[in-house]
This record gives sequence, C-alpha cells and structure tokens, in this order.
Amino acid sequence: MIDNSGAPLLAVRDLHVTFEDGPTALRALAGLSFELQAGEFVAVLGPSGSGKSTLLRTLAGLLPPTRGQVTFNGQAVKGPAEGVGYVFQNANLMPWRSVKANVALPLEIEGLPAGESEAITAELIELVGLQGFEETLPRDLSGGMAQRVAIARALAYDPALLLLDEPFGALDAITRERMGLELLRIWEARRKTVLMITHDIPEALMLADRVLVFSERPARITLELAVSLPRPRRDEVRYTVEFATLARRLREAIR
Amino acid sequence: MKADNTGRRGRQKQGQWLWPLLSILLGVGLWYGLIGLFQIQPFILPAPHTVWQRLVTTLATGMLQRHAWVTLQEVLAGLALGGSAAMLVGYALAKSRWLERFLAPYVVASQAVPTVAIAPLLVIWFGPGLLSKVLVCALIVFFPILINTLLGVRGVPEDLRDLLRSLHASRFQTFWLLELPAALPALLGGLRIGATLAVIGAVVGEFVGADRGLGYLINIGRGQYDVALVFVAVFALVVMALGLYGTVALLERSWLGWQRRTE
Repeated sequence: MIDNSGAPLLAVRDLHVTFEDGPTALRALAGLSFELQAGEFVAVLGPSGSGKSTLLRTLAGLLPPTRGQVTFNGQAVKGPAEGVGYVFQNANLMPWRSVKANVALPLEIEGLPAGESEAITAELIELVGLQGFEETLPRDLSGGMAQRVAIARALAYDPALLLLDEPFGALDAITRERMGLELLRIWEARRKTVLMITHDIPEALMLADRVLVFSERPARITLELAVSLPRPRRDEVRYTVEFATLARRLREAIR
Repeated sequence: MKADNTGRRGRQKQGQWLWPLLSILLGVGLWYGLIGLFQIQPFILPAPHTVWQRLVTTLATGMLQRHAWVTLQEVLAGLALGGSAAMLVGYALAKSRWLERFLAPYVVASQAVPTVAIAPLLVIWFGPGLLSKVLVCALIVFFPILINTLLGVRGVPEDLRDLLRSLHASRFQTFWLLELPAALPALLGGLRIGATLAVIGAVVGEFVGADRGLGYLINIGRGQYDVALVFVAVFALVVMALGLYGTVALLERSWLGWQRRTE
C-alpha cells in the first residue's frame, strides 16, 4: 500500500462557479481553495445565499466548476463522484418507500444481493436509532426522524466523504441540538470525513475540527478556525470559556 | 370509548348507503310523476318499469351482453393503444425540451381537433369494423394522458434526481426507481379521465358507422322508436364507464397508499 497520509482526501484549488443568467452573470464562488484530511470533520459557516450549497454540489460532481479544480482521492472530479455521500437540506426521501427501503436505495442501485443489503440496512437503522420504524412511510416521520433516515441512506454504501448541506436547518432548536449530538455519535462510530454546511455557530463548534467562514457572495474564505475543544465532546462543552471565545471569533468573522 | 368509535363508524357506513338510495328512489318517483302529470307517450319517455322489462328481455336474449362486449373491447383496446402511445410520447417530451418545442404544433392541434368531427374520416379510412372505433377511442384519450404524463415526469423533484445522479443510477434505474413511481399519481389520474372519455369515443365511432355495439343499439332504438332500448343502452354505458373509473380508482388505492394522509 502506498503511504499517502500526507495527501489530502479532498483538495479544492482556486474554485470558481459562475451562473450565466441572461446578460447578468451570478458569481457564486470566486477562487476558493482548501483541503480536507481523511477523518476530519470540517464545518462551513456563512450567511445564507453565500454559495455554500453550490460548493457542495460542485464537490459532489453534480455541478461542473467554471474554473479551478476539485481533487478527490487523488483524482480530478468530473461528473458525480464515486464514494461521496450527500445529505440534502430537506431529507429528500422517496415518499413511496418505507424507512428501510429508503436507506437501502443506494445498495439497490449498486446491485448488492438482497441478503447483504438487508444486513447493512438493519445495522444503519440501528445506528441512527430508528429501530421499530423500518416499515414506516416518510409522511409519518417527524423532521428529525426523516433527517436520520437521510443520514443512514448517505452512509449506506460506505462513502469516504460525507457532504452535509445544512442537514438540520429545517428543524426546531431543541431537535437540532439533539441531532447534532447524534451526528457526533455517528461520526465517532464511523469516522467518516465530513464537510458540513451550517449557519449555526454552536453547531459548527460542537461538531467540527475546523471551521471555514465564508463571505457573502461571491464566496471567499474569510477565516479558517481550528476548533481545539477536546474530544469526545459532550453537551457540557457548550458552557466552557473556550467555547465562548471561539464562538465570539466566529461571530466577528461573519459580520 | 372503542365501542363508541365503531358505533359511529357503523352509523357513518349506514349513511353512506342511505343517501344515494334515497336520491335514486326520489329520481324514479319524479320520473313517474313527470309521465303522469304531462301524459307523456311511452315512445317519448317510457315508464321506469317498461325500461326495466326491456332490460330484462335484452339480457335474457343475450343481446345486451353481446353489444356491450363489443363496445367494451373497443374501449379497452383504444385505451391501451392511446394510453401507451400517450405515455411514450409524454415521457419523451418530458425528457427533451427540444422535442417538446418541435412537436408542440401537433400536440396542440391534436387537442384542438374535435375527435367527433374526424370519426367519420376514420370510419371511411378503416372501415366500419372494430379498428375505426379503437382509433377514435385512442385519439380521444391521447391528449389528457399525454399531458398528465408530461406533467408527472416534469414534476419529479430535482433533489431526488440529483440524489440518483450522485448514486450513479443508470437511465433505466432512474426511470424505474424514481420517475415511474413519482409520476404514477399523474399517470393514473390521466387514465381515470381517459377511461370515461374512451367510452364516449366508442359510442361516437359506433354512431358514425357500425353494425354492433351499444352505440349501434342506441341508433336502432331511435330508428324504431324503441326508446326503452335507448335507455337500456345508455344505462349499460353508464355502468361501463363507472366500472372502468372504479377500476382505476381501485388501482390508485392499492398503489398510491403512500400518498394518503393519516388523520
């Protein structure tokens, strides 16, 4: 095996995305550069409409960059990237499929034998704490439960990188905090590389190793903050001086 | 608590049958009243029991079944032909803006031309047999099913398309796992409209030129002042249209359970 511990899992170089919208061009991203090491949890923080979703879509290979390059696993991303799990802002479940069938979708597309798929699905449903809801349809799930299904689905084919697009943005504050801790637990269990978009400062600090602060459109990185809070993090960390200091730095950078 | 619940539901079920039954009884009563009040001749408006007797005799001789079967065949074949053509074209149009623009004049024209008006043409071209009726049915159901297919496939959520793209789904997988189930409500909606339209199409075709079918039976009844026979044929058509409508509604019930809201 080649030792590539020094090479980043994901590298973004001078990324530009411009939408040609009639005579006016909308510049969403203007010259972004950053790297993600394997196993890292990085949060992207920024005002809404700052092109964060555009960034994720580009990283997932769903949107071609206007200029610059995205390298994933040492290869340039052209078209939908292999080994990337994507969690959308809304849970984005298929309403005609049960919880179980929604989680199994990636495995079904991959063409995995039913028995194997069954075992992985059961394990993931347990991981996100939805035992007993296997046959439930999305219409009967709360927002938080639906987002758990979406996370389980994104983990189904064991991606190296997980892209989360404000996964808890539509949830109420209490459910949101609970889901953040839940995600932390899942991340500690699975140790995926995660890039998560959020506009919630405490959420970013609770979860991430590093926070990238985006400016208004066109997005640039205005601050890169290492979160030195010790792991494993539990809810109490919110009330430490260190947490408050970091939160303040982020708040000032966003302004 | 529980007993009270079932009791209420039981009463509701009773009410479900009670009101339509009352309304039908009232209708029959009005029918008799009209005939008595205005002294209407039986060859203009026969009494309900005359129609009933005619129904019994046409059933006993097998005449009604024979003609109804012909019409049903036309309807089903027309629905299958027109429906599948409409779904194929609708899907293609939904997938390609270019094709939609290219074919738009024909699609719009197919809606603008009254099918009733071109039924004679079809009978001239394809003869008085089954085929011309099937084509009239197919034409009449084509447009509503096409539009529903188009809207159904266009309405597939963009985020779900992105999801399948990120999962490297093949074209067929995208169709089978996403587009078909997502568009199914619209497809069945189109089929429901088409089912009743197809019955109209078959009768129109039979009016223009045929030697069998319920539309033919109506023509015969008219020619012989056998108004009771006309009523019997119309009644059979209503039953047929309702049966088809009900069949699609049943399919919707069993396939689209995920859409139903829980209370």
